Amino acid sequence: MIKVENLSKAFGPKVAVDNVSFTVERGEILGFLGPNGAGKSTSMRMITGYIPPTAGVVRVGDHDVTENPIDAKRLIGYLPESAPLYTDMTVEGFLGFCAEVRGIKGMKKGKAIDRAIEMCFLGDVRHQSVDTLSKGFRHRTCFAQSIIHDPDILVMDEPTDGLDPNQKHEMRSLIRRMGQTKAIIFSTHILEEVESACTRAIVIDEGKIVANGTPDELKSKSESANSYLVNIFETDANTVRDQLGTLIQASKVTLVNDKAPNITARVFPKSGGADGELGRAIFDLASQKSWKVSEIKKEEGRMDDVFRNITKSETENN
Amino acid sequence: MSNIWTITKRELGGYFNSPVAYVFLVIFLLMTGAFTFLIGQFMDSNQASLRAFFTWHPWLYLFLVPAVGMRLWSEERRLGTMELLLTMPISLWHCIIGKFLASWIFLTLALTLTFPIWITVNYLGDPDNNVVLASYIGSFFLAGAYLSVTSMTSAFTRNQVISFILSVVICLFLILCGFPPVTDVVETVAPRWIVEFTAAFSVMPNIEQFNNGQIDSRSVIYFLSVIGFPLFATSVIIRGLRA
Repeated sequence: MIKVENLSKAFGPKVAVDNVSFTVERGEILGFLGPNGAGKSTSMRMITGYIPPTAGVVRVGDHDVTENPIDAKRLIGYLPESAPLYTDMTVEGFLGFCAEVRGIKGMKKGKAIDRAIEMCFLGDVRHQSVDTLSKGFRHRTCFAQSIIHDPDILVMDEPTDGLDPNQKHEMRSLIRRMGQTKAIIFSTHILEEVESACTRAIVIDEGKIVANGTPDELKSKSESANSYLVNIFETDANTVRDQLGTLIQASKVTLVNDKAPNITARVFPKSGGADGELGRAIFDLASQKSWKVSEIKKEEGRMDDVFRNITKSETENN
Repeated sequence: MSNIWTITKRELGGYFNSPVAYVFLVIFLLMTGAFTFLIGQFMDSNQASLRAFFTWHPWLYLFLVPAVGMRLWSEERRLGTMELLLTMPISLWHCIIGKFLASWIFLTLALTLTFPIWITVNYLGDPDNNVVLASYIGSFFLAGAYLSVTSMTSAFTRNQVISFILSVVICLFLILCGFPPVTDVVETVAPRWIVEFTAAFSVMPNIEQFNNGQIDSRSVIYFLSVIGFPLFATSVIIRGLRA
């Protein structure tokens, strides 16, 4: 549904987006990750036709966004960063205006407004002026305008920014539900959001894509992926570290907590480690040494480790 | 066309959803009255004519029209709604014209509300209503010309005050470059052809045609050009902001 090919954007000498390519199909939720100023918003603005690319092509459905912007924009619902609204309108008036601009009129307009209001839980503020709304309601109102025409494609720039935890949870559930029938791109700083809502994630840094894969694939790149956390009572920390270090499946052992009586060690596998051999070896060693083990836990890897490593190394390389 | 009307309706709603519209209308009517009766000496002239009313419009509009139009684009930029608007399936030209029309309709409403003075002069005497009609049409075009300039200046900046000041300065130039007390002085220091060239940009001789009861095609073309060019410049500025 969305095909981005060699997309670049330069503002004077500064290259904000550098040769970015990816596709998003119906049923996919693509998370756009990256540090501040990485080029996420600029990419989204080019996809939605707000700013023209310096080079490259964005195809939305069958339409080139640069050559045929009006038809391309019809297919997209867009929630810009900071969720801007006309503050002199009521929620219903604003949604009605957005519906009309999108060609929804008469009876259909009323139904579209009712549907968006219901989906975004805006019933209580329907007749309220936008400038009297709380930040959460404003955000939801702007989200409502992005789905007023039931678009095939949703592009959202930090959709949960400024929402409280309950609202964030609601928004993620909504995104997941909609992702079953639409192509969705959303940017975020919150890594747990990528794990909970996305089917795929792209990490962008200094305008370039530095990682692209499912959340599990990204997490498996973490240093801690497939490592084991071992909790042992009443044993000397150094002994634990040395003994665990003798395991042939282990590459490295670090002490997370070396204060007796509750010692925690992290054991890293030699390669891959997805087969669970290291876990069995740790269990055998603990039995053999009669350690009082309270917990042995396999780590899947951490998104924040991956994010930091990828974006940090890119920064250092430059 | 329906997109333009949708934008126009929203903008008009923006005026009337706040007290701004009503405050403006009251000030507009008070000012036109004050200029006509106090400065224009309407009663003392003892003529069944609205010349004293229309003569002051270029000066009155100099402040009132930028006050109406200064928010057109600067408010969109300040609120960030420009991004929302321009990612909808609507062309930039539809947005520019829709917004411009809303403000022009609003100014036309203000101008129309001055009808009691027309009734008064008809009650008191027997004015040439063709001249009055031509003068109203001229005033309508003049408001459009100033408004178009304000549309351009409001696209320059997200600050409405700066937009207002820039607009006043440009509109003041459009008056002074053909205002005889100024051109007479300039003629003493600059070549005559320069003075005549710049005077051609002035609203004064063109509005004078209408106030004399003549709807001259050259004056109509002048006003349409002065409306058209800044609107085109508005589109260039907005495209530049996004590039």
